[in-house]
Amino acid sequence: MSRLAVVAHEVSDQSGGMTTPENVVEVRDLRKNYAGFTAVDGISFDIHRGETFALLGPNGAGKSTTIEILEGYRDRTSGEARVLGIDPGRGGLDWKARIGIVLQSSGESGNVTVAEQLRHFAALYPNPRDVDEVIAAVGLEEKAGALIRKLSGGQRRRVDVAVGIVGAPELLFLDEPTTGFDPEARRNFWQLIRTLQSEGTSILLTTHYLDEAAQLGDRAGIIAGGRMVDLAPIDEIGGRESRVPLVRWIEGGERREQRTDRPATLVAEVVARLGAEPEGLEVIRPSLEDVYLALVGHEHASDMSAEALNETEAAR
Amino acid sequence: MSTTMSPARASRTESSIGRAARLGLLRIGYEVRAYFRQGDTVFFTFLFPVVMLTIFSVSFSEGNFGQTADGDIITAAWFFLPAMLAAGVLLSGLQNLAIDIAVEKSDGTLKRLAGSPLPVVSYFIGKLGQSFVTGLMQATVLLLLGFTVFQVPLPEKAENWVTFAWVFTLGVMCSAILGIALSAVPRSGKSATAVVIPITLVLQFISGVYLRFSDLPEWLQNVAAVFPLKWMAQGMRSVFLPDDLVVLEQNESWDLPGIAIVLGIWLIAGLVMTSLTFRWIRKDS
Repeated sequence: MSRLAVVAHEVSDQSGGMTTPENVVEVRDLRKNYAGFTAVDGISFDIHRGETFALLGPNGAGKSTTIEILEGYRDRTSGEARVLGIDPGRGGLDWKARIGIVLQSSGESGNVTVAEQLRHFAALYPNPRDVDEVIAAVGLEEKAGALIRKLSGGQRRRVDVAVGIVGAPELLFLDEPTTGFDPEARRNFWQLIRTLQSEGTSILLTTHYLDEAAQLGDRAGIIAGGRMVDLAPIDEIGGRESRVPLVRWIEGGERREQRTDRPATLVAEVVARLGAEPEGLEVIRPSLEDVYLALVGHEHASDMSAEALNETEAAR
Repeated sequence: MSTTMSPARASRTESSIGRAARLGLLRIGYEVRAYFRQGDTVFFTFLFPVVMLTIFSVSFSEGNFGQTADGDIITAAWFFLPAMLAAGVLLSGLQNLAIDIAVEKSDGTLKRLAGSPLPVVSYFIGKLGQSFVTGLMQATVLLLLGFTVFQVPLPEKAENWVTFAWVFTLGVMCSAILGIALSAVPRSGKSATAVVIPITLVLQFISGVYLRFSDLPEWLQNVAAVFPLKWMAQGMRSVFLPDDLVVLEQNESWDLPGIAIVLGIWLIAGLVMTSLTFRWIRKDS
């Protein structure tokens, strides 16, 4: 991993005209209706400067609609949105120069090389990062001269990330950035994001990988059915109760389970009571994933059927 | 504030017009490079008139397309060279951009650009420049092929080349702008070829590219006269064919002012249509 230039800081420090300089994103009661269907149903959140905010939720929950409204790609039906102090529906070129966008997927023809693409995009920004450093940071030094269309899916995704950060954005949107990455590429990507974080870049991340959100995020918002069902620092999502460890074992041929803050004590008691090693013993400390699934559980089921419906309609 | 002045500050003093022009020039280089790496465009847009000129010149090599005042026979290659130059202008502009931009719209290229600080004007400069540069290279290949392989005599008078220069430039710009406007029609990148190629093919048949214009019935000539290709082909004939052949034209005139007027009207109509219909992305699809 190469160290990236620290220019992002200087740019962000100079940015003026914001009502609340500590927030790079402010969303109040955001709504988006499509014909006969509400994609986003009144959500509110802020992203503080320098923070990485993870937006989590099942497919069709409204994550992408929300992020695309903030990127300026979609108009909102109602509510307030400010991105770097500006209404994203009216953001001009100066505003676009301060944000970086990594879209969900791209099927571009890719008839330019990695280096050509990055040099070109760097030239669009007033204060870009060093192109070679960015290529190194996403681990594509050996592919710098290769046509993008000849790269693998994961490599193309890394080019997307590189294009998103080459302009040294103050705020970076990452919409499912690591889809198609192998585990090593994902680790390297996390390292890159940590470098950006240490340089002060604010990040809005959506991901399906909850370990990724846990690794990178400061706070998370969980969206289901167009509503924010929870919003908290990553290790407090779901409230304290949902984080209480669960102990399971089999006693007298029967499955037992108990939630407790002191699982070791409970296990010791069980061992003492049985006078032997209990069968099927498990101590489960709920991960973000467990908490998340509990939060979106039944919503998820209904979204899945809505999504299946959409897909059949799209197939027509 | 920090004592180091970042380059960003300095470059922000650049005017927005200057920036749009500078990035537009950068786009031309990027677009031309990408153009030649796309195999199907190179064949169907760049080489197609070259291939057609070769086929026509060879298959009608025994044919007689008229005589000059000096009694020289006008060969098929001589007769079809201006037609293929006109076809090249149409393909490099309209066909190329209508398909290219429709594909870029559906494959995410435009969405990416929409999120970057690239001015729309710079994007258009890049596309117009791509059409102009590749069209000029194509015309050069056609002229070289005609002159060297098929021994077509090229005009000696400077005024003919001046006519060529403005007909070519106005033709490419008109054709390219109409291509940008037409790119709004295909509903997906995949259907773009199916929508665009029939249009350019029909235009080529009725505008005197593949068929001798003077052989067409008058009503069809009048239909063709509504569209720009007939005028581009007429302009090219005025440059490359002997003056005696003017008798084959409508009203027995090359009608250069008419060419400028019709292409100018289409250019303006294309600009209006483009400014009304072009969007980086459909916001609420």
